[in-house]
Amino acid sequence: MDKKEVPQDKGVLDHWHNIQYAVGENGKYTLVPSSGWEPVNIANYQAWGIIEEGLSQVIEKVSAGELSPLAYHMEKGLMDIALLAKYARLSRWRVKRHLRPDVFCRLPLNLLEKYAKVFNISVEELQKLP
Amino acid sequence: MLNKDIQINFAHQQWAHCETGVLSGLLSYHGLNISEALCFGIGSGLFFGYFPFIKVHGLPLITFRSSPGAIFKRVTRRLGIIVESRKFSNRETAMEALDRVLDQGIPVGLRTGMFWLPYFPSHFRFHFNAHNLIVFGREGSDYRISDPVLDEPVLCSRRDLSRARFAEGLLAPKGTMYYVAGIPTQVNLKQAILMGIREVCLTMLTPTIPLVGIWAIDHLADKIRAWPKRLGYDKSKLYLGHMIRMQEEIGTGGGGFRLIYAAFLQDASEVLTDKHLHDLSGKMTLIGDRWREFALHGARICKGRDNVENSYDILSDILHDCGHMEKEVLREIRKATS
Repeated sequence: MDKKEVPQDKGVLDHWHNIQYAVGENGKYTLVPSSGWEPVNIANYQAWGIIEEGLSQVIEKVSAGELSPLAYHMEKGLMDIALLAKYARLSRWRVKRHLRPDVFCRLPLNLLEKYAKVFNISVEELQKLP
Repeated sequence: MLNKDIQINFAHQQWAHCETGVLSGLLSYHGLNISEALCFGIGSGLFFGYFPFIKVHGLPLITFRSSPGAIFKRVTRRLGIIVESRKFSNRETAMEALDRVLDQGIPVGLRTGMFWLPYFPSHFRFHFNAHNLIVFGREGSDYRISDPVLDEPVLCSRRDLSRARFAEGLLAPKGTMYYVAGIPTQVNLKQAILMGIREVCLTMLTPTIPLVGIWAIDHLADKIRAWPKRLGYDKSKLYLGHMIRMQEEIGTGGGGFRLIYAAFLQDASEVLTDKHLHDLSGKMTLIGDRWREFALHGARICKGRDNVENSYDILSDILHDCGHMEKEVLREIRKATS
């Protein structure tokens, strides 16, 4: 890549830059800051699009009473059951059970606090959709 | 508890990649000036692996560099640098250990998860656990951080940093911290470069398992042709997007690390006073550019702008090209350095 060809397509990087290796005038490699490249922006937006789609499905299910609010916070934190279980230091089957609304609403405070701590929110926030 | 503020005189510099950037930063601080590209080459960073049965967020693992931590280990071993490295089981102990080293005025490298680092642009906050950064100071309850992939140094609270150090999941860092404890007076750069080059040629040209190296590039090139039939159009797009991100997004310097490697070949030709390696660097640049063409075409398909019928065939051809060119160039490099 030539130094003049380094793309500067604003997008996922916000105001930040990343470094691209490019060949300067004298044929020597230099480090050139780039504010982004469109193909990367496209691929990154695609990945987030999938995440948001999944999240809106979960919100629907939580509103319909099929899943507990914990499912929403898990999805929002880009976690699956295995990862959440590790953070909360609980077994996977317990986390899976807590995704059931009828089980979740009877959870003792110490477990709720545990989950709230993982997501960095209060117990009240944990128990509802935002 | 926290005591006085610490400010280590560490000059932040932005690099393309976190692992080699941290390595170059720490070594330069201790008086061994060595560029990121040299670190990448000596650490035999160039790689290709396609592991369809290992899934990351449901997508196959495709990697353009050797496994996290491998470059760091190889460089320090090949240059004879003494590194103190520790893992922890407890957050408080881990943070206290960090404080103690900072108190001695030594910058410390940390392995962290990206998800919990609040200073990152939101689009990059995935659960990726092999990010590296340098801590070079403390201000009240905040730490001064030189993150090699960012423009400037940042501040991060003690709480967020300890969370990031104890991220869970694949490659959990378990509070890993490391710092340079000793640098030899005489460094044999030539020998280290040759060792780095030979290992890359070995893994890429004659891999021990048929999932890595040139073989894997050709294999993936064959597979990609059948993606729309086998996976359906939507899922193929996802796979493609994932591959573009692995290739271009995660601090690769462009072209899936191929351009950094071309820069390394230039530096190596100077150290070894070998004009031939300089010419081969030019060929490596062409390979990097070809990979970038792949990303360009792939992104067009992801956006749905391309006629789907033969667009995957074009991608496959580009990949075969990359594989072919890499095989030729690596063979020449092997000849030039043996």
